[in-house]
Amino acid sequence: MANERPKADVVIVGLGWAGSVMAEELTRAGLNVVAIERGAWRDTSTDFPPAVDPDELRWHTRRELLQPMSVETTTFRNKTGQQAAPVRNWNAFQFGWNVGGAGTHWAGMSWRFLPWDFEVATQTAERYGQERLDGLMGEGLQLQDWGVTYEEMAPYYDRFERIAGTSGKAGNLNGEKIKGGNVFEGPREREYPTPQLKDTNWMSMYRDTTEGMGYNPFTIPAGNISQAYVNPLGVTMGPCTYCGFCDFHGCGNFSKSSPQACILPALMRRPNFTVLTETEVLHAVKHEDGKTVKGVKFITREGEEGFQPADVVCITAYQMDNVRLMLLSGIGQQYDPSTERGTIGRNYSYQTCSSVTGFFSGAKMNPFIGGGALGVQIDDFNGDNFDHSDLDFIGGAGIMGYSTNGRPIANMNAIRPGNKRWGSQWKEAYARDYQEVANIFCQGTSMPTRDAYLSLDPTYKDRHGQPLLRLTFDWNRNDKSMIDYTTQKAIEIMREAGGEDIMVDNQTEASWNPYKQHSSHTIGGLVMGSNPATSALNPYLQSWDCHNVFSVGASAFPNNGGYNPTLTVGALAVRAARAIHETYINNPGPLVEA
Amino acid sequence: MNRREALFSLGSMAAAGGLASRAGAVELRGVPKPTEMSADHLPTPARTGGGFRVLTEETDQKTVKAVFDRLIPADDFGPSASEAGCLEFLDDQLSGDYGAGKALYLQTPLRPEIEEEIMGSPQFLATPRERYETGLKALEAYAQENDQAAFHALSPDRIDEILTGLEAGEISLGDDVDGQAFFELMLQNAREGYLADPLYGGNRDMAGWKMIGFPGARYDYRPYVDRRNEDLGLTPVSLIPND
Ligand SMILES: Cc1cc2nc3c(=O)[nH]c(=O)nc-3n(C[C@H](O)[C@H](O)[C@H](O)COP(=O)(O)OP(=O)(O)OC[C@H]3O[C@@H](n4cnc5c(N)ncnc54)[C@H](O)[C@@H]3O)c2cc1C
Ligand code: SF4
Repeated sequence: MANERPKADVVIVGLGWAGSVMAEELTRAGLNVVAIERGAWRDTSTDFPPAVDPDELRWHTRRELLQPMSVETTTFRNKTGQQAAPVRNWNAFQFGWNVGGAGTHWAGMSWRFLPWDFEVATQTAERYGQERLDGLMGEGLQLQDWGVTYEEMAPYYDRFERIAGTSGKAGNLNGEKIKGGNVFEGPREREYPTPQLKDTNWMSMYRDTTEGMGYNPFTIPAGNISQAYVNPLGVTMGPCTYCGFCDFHGCGNFSKSSPQACILPALMRRPNFTVLTETEVLHAVKHEDGKTVKGVKFITREGEEGFQPADVVCITAYQMDNVRLMLLSGIGQQYDPSTERGTIGRNYSYQTCSSVTGFFSGAKMNPFIGGGALGVQIDDFNGDNFDHSDLDFIGGAGIMGYSTNGRPIANMNAIRPGNKRWGSQWKEAYARDYQEVANIFCQGTSMPTRDAYLSLDPTYKDRHGQPLLRLTFDWNRNDKSMIDYTTQKAIEIMREAGGEDIMVDNQTEASWNPYKQHSSHTIGGLVMGSNPATSALNPYLQSWDCHNVFSVGASAFPNNGGYNPTLTVGALAVRAARAIHETYINNPGPLVEA
Repeated sequence: MNRREALFSLGSMAAAGGLASRAGAVELRGVPKPTEMSADHLPTPARTGGGFRVLTEETDQKTVKAVFDRLIPADDFGPSASEAGCLEFLDDQLSGDYGAGKALYLQTPLRPEIEEEIMGSPQFLATPRERYETGLKALEAYAQENDQAAFHALSPDRIDEILTGLEAGEISLGDDVDGQAFFELMLQNAREGYLADPLYGGNRDMAGWKMIGFPGARYDYRPYVDRRNEDLGLTPVSLIPND
């Protein structure tokens, strides 16, 4: 084949969090790894120094660190039968676009999922009866376990937290509940690597209010590091300065957990690691027998095609692209909602969210003191932490009072209701409300349905002429009931805190579309599980159809927890990489019998 | 040598047997040596002076000014949009990647009937620059037809009336311009100009930031986190060096 490169043990497609974590594990185990990343090299001191980073227009409004839609977008429709349209402008999907991926400009909320999230089907049946589960499935929900339990995941979460330096306070140390931490979290073996961040004015108000209401507030575990820290790879991080230019921005202080800050400095020094930047993988290439792949075909920025042979292909190109690359490579069978056969594209879900805004006359919130993951949350209504016997839904939401930023363009519509968005009235309102506004965010679970899935679009193509990914999605009844319920709780908290002129934004009140942005957390489509009829990957993230293909990302989650996804992505990456170098390399073949 | 070329040559030095350069990929091994700030990440200040580059027609300039100064008028809370440099800001933005719609997916077919319904908002193949070109002409034509006067010559009340009608989707600017979407575009850009770093030509004297009490491009609030409900009295700073 033309432009064939020397063979690697492992090729990694996409060098974001998942790819970096896997590359680190695999190179440390002595394997020869080549990573292929379509974005450019980016590093803290060269690209995000404090003289460059605090620039809202460039990084947040114009999103210059993100992958533009002109490079690749998705198409979207609410239901099968509709013609999908391409998402042309900036929207809820925020793809990474450089070495480090979206891990460069994420906010840093660093959650472990609840034990319940991994076993939604089994635990729902156990607690509320098989009939209840059957009823939900009959409604169209596709509930299924992950094939891995929280208990099995715990050591990998721990490893990723150590690499990331996560700040926080334990709420469940080996089964012992600790007030001040999240008492609903699964048991942890040890404390967080760094202590929790400090409260802002709004966070302490939110903490006092929820505590007074009998709830269990705690500081959100954060990839905004609270103090200097040296991680297990020997990389040093510095304390977060609460700069407020965090999500969508890089971090110039080495304080935000990111592949740049936490992994690449060690990884790049390893002689058995190579990265090809500004090079895009088009698809994986199968061997004649169709049972394994022999490497990946790529195209350089100059438009030259090439081939990277490898024994193992790891697809870590972000949730959407993981699914798309499997389809473009012809690995596995496309899911079809009418027959419910095929697994690629199946179990797509989003994140069910709402926000509640209140105003506090005369307050000085100083919202510019912020951090991407800075907030106080209650988990009393998340997952299955409360009794659903008399409720018509399963799942829940974390309810947070947050202080992520006071960036002036982003917040210019956060004014008391009834005021115009322009003219002297806007100026007067914004001059006052900038300091007086506070937000509560409900970040909820999302359950997959039969009718929500991913497939290739028949009409629209990317710049290389390959089909775009098509998303078919709308809110389902269960998730709507869940968010209605938790939003009420958030409104009560806002009232109790003294918030006036309360505004509620419940996304599920209309059909979903990608421009109604609440969450960039998009999940599933290439899910893990123990049954090849309902999952694309086995519990080690290995393709059931091509045993030398592994894929890590939020694409592997069969359902979404009421949390941000990345800690779980990172933990799955450690686990998959260990399965590769401890078992697969010595004995290539399916790690689990179908 | 630009940064990409620098990385490339570094990569090919390290590449085994030159195979990488044959495949043309940028290959990195080891931590790249250059530590100077990446040229493409250094802030690019707005080009001001020397006249407008996109809003070159006088009528267009006057129309935008008339609109922007009703969206953000001069009052007790600060200067007007044009006094704060929002026109220069807009012209500079429109002359660059933003105006050219570099990030947008602009491939055909555009199917307005379904795209608008599915996406909840109108979708365009036109770039922001093109949308200003057609939109401003349509505003002027609207004023000529309904008021027999230039748009910029209308009274502030009449302009407010038109803007309110556009915002509500009650005024049509003809088949080629979505009046409501054009209003949103202008509102967005006027307020961006008022609130973005002065580096980009607007927010002169940091007037927009002073209006709300935003301290600007500061990077360390550790001394202030624990201070509750206080006016911290921080004067704003911008990315433009102070010396
Ligand atoms: C603004 C923002 C805030 C967020 N905040 C949080 C948060 O607080 N907490 C949280 O848990 N999560 C958060 N997230 C989500 C988080 O960033 C992602 O979950 C995480 O980065 C996913 O890691 P990944 O490795 O799967 O994908 P990515 O980090 O996206 O990496 C994938 C990489 O693959 C590359 N790639 C894609 N296709 C190809 C191809 N064909 N060939 C070569 N390379 C390719 C991409 O360029 C990219 O660099 C946030 C995301 C955004 C955008
Ligand atoms: S808030 Fe903290 S972690 Fe985030 S960019 Fe600023 S200093 Fe870095």
